[in-house]
Amino acid sequence: MSQNRQYELIYVVSSDATDQQIADLHTQVEEITGRYSGILDKTENWGRRKLAYEIGPHKEGTYVLEVITGSGELMKEIDRRLRVSDQVIRHLTVRVDEENRVIERARTLRKEDSQRRRVARGLPPERQPGEGPQRNDDDDDRFGADVEEGM
Amino acid sequence: MREGRGRSSEGRGGRTGDKKDDKKRTLFRRRKVCKFCADKIDDINYKDVKLLGPFVPERGKILPRRISGTCATHQRKLQTAIKRARQLALIPYVTE
Repeated sequence: MSQNRQYELIYVVSSDATDQQIADLHTQVEEITGRYSGILDKTENWGRRKLAYEIGPHKEGTYVLEVITGSGELMKEIDRRLRVSDQVIRHLTVRVDEENRVIERARTLRKEDSQRRRVARGLPPERQPGEGPQRNDDDDDRFGADVEEGM
Repeated sequence: MREGRGRSSEGRGGRTGDKKDDKKRTLFRRRKVCKFCADKIDDINYKDVKLLGPFVPERGKILPRRISGTCATHQRKLQTAIKRARQLALIPYVTE
């Protein structure tokens, strides 16, 4: 059984739920994680957000993100629990370790490449502040301007 | 090139007069670039609503590649990200 997979779990709690209930849910997740000898890497509470569309009677929800390292069985159990819970309107589990590895590799490759090229040009490996063309985001006309056409 | 599409006066030579050239000029489109390649964004994440926003216009549909200019790899990643964000009600499925 593979224990070292990293998952991201996001659940949306009904806006009727009290802070206590949200904390309870978190403890529940923590407890299940512990039981399956997983590790809770990170918890983030995004606070109350407006939902993009109404889900039943709900127009708002509290988003909570948990990053968990553990096995598939662990996530299965959490998933089951959240599905049963009345307060949770939506939840989503995504496995992230493999994707993160790919992203990390792309980043380091790019960084090494740029450093190598800069050294070859006789520059310090890191980009200095104020160096190169200053780009203003407002000047960026690649998007949005001509979207209407061709629709 | 800063000119918007279609109203380009100097894009590609900027020739005027000849009818044939006129026709050619209207056909010319400013080259589109993939935002994620250009800005070197590796991580297209469903949690980043601000990043996905421009690719989900009013109606809620995903902006096609032919309009946004996104490359195939990034459009594919964008697609998964948008669909995940929709599940969590971060982005609408449809808006009337």
